[in-house]
Amino acid sequence: MLRRRVIPCLDVSAGRVVKGVNFVNLRDCGDPVEAAVRYAAQGADEIAWLNITAGDEGWRTLLAAVERAAEQVDVPVTVGGGVSEERHVRDLLAAGADKVSINTAALRRPELVTECAERHGAQCIVVAIDARADDGPTGSWTAYESGGRRATDRDAVAWAEEAVRRGAGELLVTSMDADGTKAGYALDLLGAVVERVSVPVVASGGAAGPEHMADALEAGCAAALAASIFHDGTFTVEEVKATCRTRGIPVR
Amino acid sequence: MTRPTVVLVDYGAGNIRSLRAALERAGAAVTVSSDRRVVERAPRLMVPGQGAAGAAMDALRAGGLDDAVRRAVAEGAYLLGVCVGLQLLFERSAEDDVTCLGLLPGRVERLEGVALLPHMGWNDVDPVPGRPHPVAAELPAVAYFAHSFAVRDAGAATLATTEVDGVRFASMVAGDRIAGAQFHPERSAAAGAAMLRGFLRWSADVEARGAA
Repeated sequence: MLRRRVIPCLDVSAGRVVKGVNFVNLRDCGDPVEAAVRYAAQGADEIAWLNITAGDEGWRTLLAAVERAAEQVDVPVTVGGGVSEERHVRDLLAAGADKVSINTAALRRPELVTECAERHGAQCIVVAIDARADDGPTGSWTAYESGGRRATDRDAVAWAEEAVRRGAGELLVTSMDADGTKAGYALDLLGAVVERVSVPVVASGGAAGPEHMADALEAGCAAALAASIFHDGTFTVEEVKATCRTRGIPVR
Repeated sequence: MTRPTVVLVDYGAGNIRSLRAALERAGAAVTVSSDRRVVERAPRLMVPGQGAAGAAMDALRAGGLDDAVRRAVAEGAYLLGVCVGLQLLFERSAEDDVTCLGLLPGRVERLEGVALLPHMGWNDVDPVPGRPHPVAAELPAVAYFAHSFAVRDAGAATLATTEVDGVRFASMVAGDRIAGAQFHPERSAAAGAAMLRGFLRWSADVEARGAA
């Protein structure tokens, strides 16, 4: 039986793991390669690595660190952040990333998703969507770009469908409302996306503990991603999996 | 004792670095090469794979690597294909409708009937009863997959199968000196490493025969 995945996420700035609340107030949480190896040993099903520094130098630092991680980690590694052209995808895959996630660049030029999927295969192209709930009782969400700093005119769920049509092999859906709050994932947003697409959906943003991660997996997500609960040492990956097993969710 | 040599066929597939590291952890001396002369003399070959079968076959043919792989196998080399690398061992792939290496009988099909594609994540690897094979002596119980196409019927070459949403496909295959894994041993934690060591042990006689 295909297992649901538990994914620790490393938000990496200038070669260090950081974690902020609502995308700001970053604090240092250690070396990303060490963290990736530690989480893999704890039973992480995959490592997500989001680069949050810009610029050419940041890019070279990122590639060097991804190369080290790819050599030392024996579970899949998904890398994203600052991917704006096909050559970035090529660079990251060559550095050893198993999957590459694209966010802002896909919103600005959706054909990029198709180009990357055709060249490298849909299985390694993830579209990351940062979504914020719209005001009012509409039950709709808007997709944001630039690390959540700028609203687009796109409905997040409609964008999810389009991204899959254009070749995304997986969606990483982050609720900006829930991110960093430790109040649980935005299950309404995740449920709306899961219902509309036929690729795996990874839940992100808001987990305070194993029960929240299990909630997202029960809501139909193929994987649940969290950062601070692991970085702070509040919970181990194995503890999350134990909770999932108790609730009858198939995990490795 | 010298380390077993593996030539990792570099035709532009993305997972070279992680495969190389995993093979080295398993005890192999790895040469990454896109040179058909190196490939055709290799004692052991690994064909990686990520992406589409059509692009992969085009890249292999462009460098004359398809014939080099066939010649190496004809000369007694052992071969392990991983993911798309397994798919390329067969006759034809429905992905891009492409002719593959034809080293094993069978066809690669899209996994129709599976609710979510790609089939992505960790799934069971179920050994076929009564078909023990040295390369599968340490088959992972659960391994990491990331693919939308697979060989549904690999016939007698099938060593293990995997099921998703009622659709079953060959997840480990082997013929005479030729083996393939649809999962990613380099990304399947300790269980994947054990399988790679199994490949090195299975092929240990190649140095003794002087094929290198």
